[in-house]
Amino acid sequence: MTIFLAHNRVKLALHHLRQGEGRPLLHLHALGEHSPDHVPADIETWPGPVFALDFTGHGASTVPGGGGYTAEVLMGDADAALQMLGSATIIGRGLGAYIALLIAAGRPEQVRGAILCDGAGLVGGGDEPGPLVVRGVPGKATAPDPFALVELASDLRPPEYVVRFAEIAAEHAGFPQPIAVAARARPDWLKAVVAHPGVAVEPLDAALARFAAI
Amino acid sequence: MTTLQAVESPFLTYPGAQRPSRHRWVDSYGVNIAVCEWGPADGPPLFLVHGGSDFAGTFDVFAPMLASAGWRVISWDHRGHGDSDYAPLYSWDADVRDALSVLDSTTPDPVPVVAHSKGGGMMLQLAEALPMRMSKIVIIDGLPSPEPHPDVSDHEQRRFTRKNLEDWLDHRRSAASTFRKPGTIEELAKRRKRMNPRLSDEWLRYLVTIGARRDADGWRWKLDPAIRFGGFGPWRPDWSLERLRNLRAPLLGLTATVEEEMGWGTNHRALLPYLPPAARLIPFEDTGHFIHIEHPRRVADLVLEFLE
Repeated sequence: MTIFLAHNRVKLALHHLRQGEGRPLLHLHALGEHSPDHVPADIETWPGPVFALDFTGHGASTVPGGGGYTAEVLMGDADAALQMLGSATIIGRGLGAYIALLIAAGRPEQVRGAILCDGAGLVGGGDEPGPLVVRGVPGKATAPDPFALVELASDLRPPEYVVRFAEIAAEHAGFPQPIAVAARARPDWLKAVVAHPGVAVEPLDAALARFAAI
Repeated sequence: MTTLQAVESPFLTYPGAQRPSRHRWVDSYGVNIAVCEWGPADGPPLFLVHGGSDFAGTFDVFAPMLASAGWRVISWDHRGHGDSDYAPLYSWDADVRDALSVLDSTTPDPVPVVAHSKGGGMMLQLAEALPMRMSKIVIIDGLPSPEPHPDVSDHEQRRFTRKNLEDWLDHRRSAASTFRKPGTIEELAKRRKRMNPRLSDEWLRYLVTIGARRDADGWRWKLDPAIRFGGFGPWRPDWSLERLRNLRAPLLGLTATVEEEMGWGTNHRALLPYLPPAARLIPFEDTGHFIHIEHPRRVADLVLEFLE
C-alpha cells in the first residue's frame, strides 16, 4: 500500500512494505533509486512494521520542474514521513544515509536510531566547492529526476558542518549512540561523524537489534 | 521560449517611477520566470538583479535612469518572487541557473550586470562559471562578507542549533497550507518597513501595488510563503571571499555603512585584501542596504560612468 504525503508542493510516496506492531522502520533509498517493492532481506529481522519513502524526484513522488535540490530539503521529505509515522527507526542507504543523519538531528525525539548504510550518493560533493558550474538538464524530467542526480551528487558536506548534526542528535535523543554506521565507505564527512562518541560503528543486524530494544 | 504579456497599469505613482515598457516570460526548465525591460528594445542590454525576497519592480526608479541613457535594461523576478512561478524547490544553484536562462533568452554575448544584495552573490557565481558572459559587474551591497547573509535562506548559514533545525522543519510542514496575511496597502507597507526602516512610506506603498496582488479580502505580498530567512547550509562565506579574486570582469562595488535587518554588513575595509585587481569599492556614508533606492541618481551616474 502507498500513502501520499504533502511536502510543500511535492507529493511524496510512502510505501507500507510490511504490517506489524510496534515502532516502524523507515527505509530511505539511495540517490537515483526508489523504494524497494518488498522488505529487503538485510532488514527482515526488524520486528515491527516497515515503511519506505520515495524522495522528491524519485520513484512515485513528484518530479518537479527546474531542479533546486538540496540535502536539507530532502530532510524535509523525511520529516513528512515522520509526521505520518510519529516516531521511527530509520535505515538510509547512500544519499538516504546522509539524510537519515540530518533528520536524526532535526527530530531527535522522533528518530529512534538512524542506521547509515552504503549506497549511491553516500559520498556527496566533497568538503569544499570545486570549479563552479551552472548545470541544466535537457529533456523531460522523469523519475529519477536528472536534476536530482546532478544536484544531489555534488552537494557539499564539510565535515564540521555535518558533525554538528551528529552532535545535536546525540545530545537530544535521550539514549546512547543514536547514530549507527554500518557503511564501509568513509568519505571525509563520514570519517568525522564516526569519530563522534555519539556514533556507533556496528553491523546492520546489531544496529537493528539495538534500536528495536529502545 | 518567450511570449509577450500585457502591461498592467500601476495603482499608485511615485516620483520618477516608471513601470517597465515590455514584459515577457522565460521558461527556465519548467519554471516560468517573469522578465521585464525598460528603454529602447534595440539598445545594448544591461541586466539588473534583485536581492532575496525582492522583485524587479524595486528598480522602477533606478532602471529608467539607465534606460534614458540608451541602455536596454532587463530584469526578472527570481523563482517564487514577484510574478514568477512558485517553484516546488528553491536553491542558490537554481536561482543562478534561472539567471542564465534569462541571459540566454536575450543574448549570447558578454553583458554588463548590476546586482543588489543576494543578486550580487548569484552574479559572482555566474561570472566564475561563465567568465565570458559578463563584461562588467556592479554589486550594490552584496559582496561576500565574513558573516552569514540574512537574506539567503539556505546557502551560507552553517552555525545552527537544534531550534534552527526544528523551526525550519516546522516551516516546511506548514508551507503547503500557508497563505500570506491580507491587508490594506498601508498595512503591507508598514510590515515591509520593519524590514527596510530607511525606505520612505510613499515608496513602500508604491511597491505594495507591484509586489503584492489584490485579492477579494485585501492585498497580499506575492512572495512564495514557502521562502523564508534563517535556513542553514554547508556553504562557507570565506569560500566566496577567497574566490572573489578570480573575477575576470571589471568590478564596481558599492557598500552600505548603516546596518539594517536585510543588510549584508559588509565591512569594506575587511574586503580590500580579497578584491580582484582593478576593482573599485565605494562606501556610501549614512546609507542603508538599498543604496540605489536611497540615492538612485548618484548610483545611476556611477554605473553609467563605469559602463562607458
